[in-house]
Amino acid sequence: MGPFDKKSELAIFSAAAALLLLVMPALNTLAPGSALFVSSFQLGVWGKYLCFAVLAMSLNLLWGYTGLLSLGQNLFFALGGYAFGMYLMLMIGEQGAYKSPLPDFMVFLGYTKLPSHWVPFYNPSVAVAAAMLVPGIVALVFGMLAFRSRIKGVYFSILTQALTYAASLLFFRNDTTFGGNNGFTDFKAIFGADIRTDETQRWLFFASALLMLVTYALISGILRTKFGKVQLAIRDSENRVRFSGYSTTHYKLFVFVISAVIAGLAGALYVPQAGIINPSEMVTAKGLDIVVWVAVGGRGSKFGPILGAVLVSLLKSWTTTAYPDFWLIILGLLFVLVVLFMPNGITGLPAQFREIGARWKRRAQARAQAAAAAANPEPSVS
Amino acid sequence: MNSFWLAAVLIACLAFPGAGRADELAARKVLDALVAGPEGQRAGEVAALAEFGEQVILEVVEAWRVGKVFTYTAPGAASPIALLDQGGGIYQAIASGESLTPDPAGTLEVSRPDRSLRRELKRLVDIIDLASANEAIRIEAALKLGKSQNPDYLPELRERLPKQTSAKTARAFEEAIAISQLVNGTPQEVSSAIQSLGRLKSLPAKGFLETLLRSLDGSTDPNKLQQVDAAKVAIKEINAHQQVMENFGTAFRGLSLGSVLLVVCFGLAVTFGLMGVINMAHGEFMAIGGYTVYLVQNFFARQFGDSGTAFEWYFVAAIPCAFLAAALAGALLERGVIQFLYRRPLESLLATWGVSMILQQLFRLQFGAANVQVSSPHWLSGNIDVSGVAMSYSRLFVIGFAVAIMVLTWLLLTKTRLGLHVRATMQNRTMAASLGVPSARVNMMTFAFGSGLAGLAGAFLSQIGNVGPSMGQAYIVDSFMVVVIGGVGNLVGAAVSSIGIGSTDQILQSAYNDPVMGKITVLVAIILFLQWRPGGLFPSRSRSLDD
Repeated sequence: MGPFDKKSELAIFSAAAALLLLVMPALNTLAPGSALFVSSFQLGVWGKYLCFAVLAMSLNLLWGYTGLLSLGQNLFFALGGYAFGMYLMLMIGEQGAYKSPLPDFMVFLGYTKLPSHWVPFYNPSVAVAAAMLVPGIVALVFGMLAFRSRIKGVYFSILTQALTYAASLLFFRNDTTFGGNNGFTDFKAIFGADIRTDETQRWLFFASALLMLVTYALISGILRTKFGKVQLAIRDSENRVRFSGYSTTHYKLFVFVISAVIAGLAGALYVPQAGIINPSEMVTAKGLDIVVWVAVGGRGSKFGPILGAVLVSLLKSWTTTAYPDFWLIILGLLFVLVVLFMPNGITGLPAQFREIGARWKRRAQARAQAAAAAANPEPSVS
Repeated sequence: MNSFWLAAVLIACLAFPGAGRADELAARKVLDALVAGPEGQRAGEVAALAEFGEQVILEVVEAWRVGKVFTYTAPGAASPIALLDQGGGIYQAIASGESLTPDPAGTLEVSRPDRSLRRELKRLVDIIDLASANEAIRIEAALKLGKSQNPDYLPELRERLPKQTSAKTARAFEEAIAISQLVNGTPQEVSSAIQSLGRLKSLPAKGFLETLLRSLDGSTDPNKLQQVDAAKVAIKEINAHQQVMENFGTAFRGLSLGSVLLVVCFGLAVTFGLMGVINMAHGEFMAIGGYTVYLVQNFFARQFGDSGTAFEWYFVAAIPCAFLAAALAGALLERGVIQFLYRRPLESLLATWGVSMILQQLFRLQFGAANVQVSSPHWLSGNIDVSGVAMSYSRLFVIGFAVAIMVLTWLLLTKTRLGLHVRATMQNRTMAASLGVPSARVNMMTFAFGSGLAGLAGAFLSQIGNVGPSMGQAYIVDSFMVVVIGGVGNLVGAAVSSIGIGSTDQILQSAYNDPVMGKITVLVAIILFLQWRPGGLFPSRSRSLDD
């Protein structure tokens, strides 16, 4: 059964894996007229949703299972995206507008030579490693500083937000060699293939699906270990865990770094499918978007974040075309209503309904008893 | 006869230097005499005019130059009078300033000054501001003439120096004379001018002293070498003074930025610090305050017109309105959402973020995505100049405003019954409730008060910044930082840390010459600071273990 709790979960996981890894890419190869055909555009959209789902899972690992609400998860996502984006920028080669081996924005800003920290990114494995290492190291340093001084709860949230804000200020600048406002775009090639072909789209989708499935299995596995139990205990009562002799600082730091690495990978896969990465991915609102995905889907549930990310993204793409003025209002209402009425999100709804049902039943019983007692005022002898 | 009343007028206006209207009339009479009177007295009349600093002189002289001044002899009148052509057949009698339609029977002739008079008039125009009643104009004119280093004006400056009654204008005249002497004086005068410029710490003179140094470069004349040394000393003195001025300016801007931050943060310190509720919609409550000012302004403009004195006071009416509007919104938010989330602070953060998005979008739908125009009343625009540092009234106002808010909040919390209830509820909500404190109402009032303070901050920001749908967003990260650094639940801490962060930010900005790097450094410094003092500057002392 591996990392899964029940046989049924394994079965569903396998079915999802087959659907995502085999069926969806296969449907893309059908003739465009056929009823089951999935266009490359749709595949790209779903590929991006899968990256969002991974991002949401990384936040859920942190928030749902360890009780650390990070408002800066988008920072790690964007850092991963930028790391892989640097590779993609270099792969444009001389096909850019200025026909120079340097990325266009550098030519525009008057660079004559590639900055030295860009050079290793000609190598794709360096780029992938950087997409994991850079977010990981940022998380390690920040987490060490934050957890060592026992910053927790809302203070942790606010500080992660401040960190992301500071980083976005840096990336919005032109002189940090990351393209300023416009970021990276106009990618042409990836791993030696043309990035716009159907086949590349299929592979990117495949990779996103794989990343999501592996992340799911990984988180599921962690939760079944003793480590996972300590993690849940930290969420429920950190002081008790610390007084029982566990170094909660190290546990939290580990989880924070893992979740940053996962977010970074999601970003790295998102960028070639979205075709652009710029500092607007780092603004405060994006960080809270991820939180709302997890909250809507259900935090502290393994499947919830995936459901939330996909549903909210679908809702967004529908509303922003149908009622563009009202998207923010709908999103805001979603925040308020979910927080007030669905503390455990969509995946928590069945349990919530069961509880409401049980409460009604208890009340009905109590009323029936009271009615019976009223009808028969003699004290019962038992 | 003519020169007699001229002298009388002069004496009259020297005796009553502040009598603006009388001065103008007197100047007009001299002008009339200059244009229409006998030519022999013209030199004396021009000299007399130079003693008036009236705008009307410039007006008439300019009109005279382009042929719009006429002499007119009414039928039966003995002597001509001077008229100013105002276009469309309407003329103004220069002597009285009243409009007049010439009788066709009279003689109307264009008057043109001859060449020597033109030269004198030009000179008159140049020095007229030296006699202006307005000190600022007088200072500016003196410095301008001094900086021109034209020897012609030296006598004028010298002559007027003893007449300066205020220290500021006397100083400006001295500076102007010395600057001019650097080029036009005898060697002795040059030396003494250099010394006096150093003594006066004259910033405008720095460039001229440097030019002088360059011109003396390589000279071997002992006299000149002495001048070189003196000039170097003077430049050093001026530089030191400049440095002091700059530091003082930075400190003032830092203090005022800190006060802006303080006004913004005080509401947050109440809701977050005292109540423990993260209100992400705080920035939007500021926007409510800003838009309230905008609406009140529009209302005043409709009711009283937008140029009267009533309109000037709209801001005074807008301040309480902004407070009330934001407080009402805060009370609604507390009753509708927050009251269910006191046990779940993280969730109140999310819900209020949702509210903030809704409000922002509503502002956008109602008022448009662009910033709206809020005009500053006259009494808030302008500067006062304190020994070289311009302090704008609006910045001074925000400093005073911040102090007032701080005092009022402190009084409310420590001296009133409501304050006692607030503090009890914040320390232990359940315990306070069981002792009979109406905690639900106290919560609502506190939250409304905190939101109202945000509204006040927004009202103030409308005077120094923009009013737009996302005006609060720029301050929200900073203000949370201030509260965290200050120590949660501590108003003094919020005050100290907002001044601290405000001035650090300003100092770093001027050190790096780059606002973004300054901001990033401040954020990093905050994170490092929390390593050293995790509870902030003034941590709340408690034995309870929060979990």
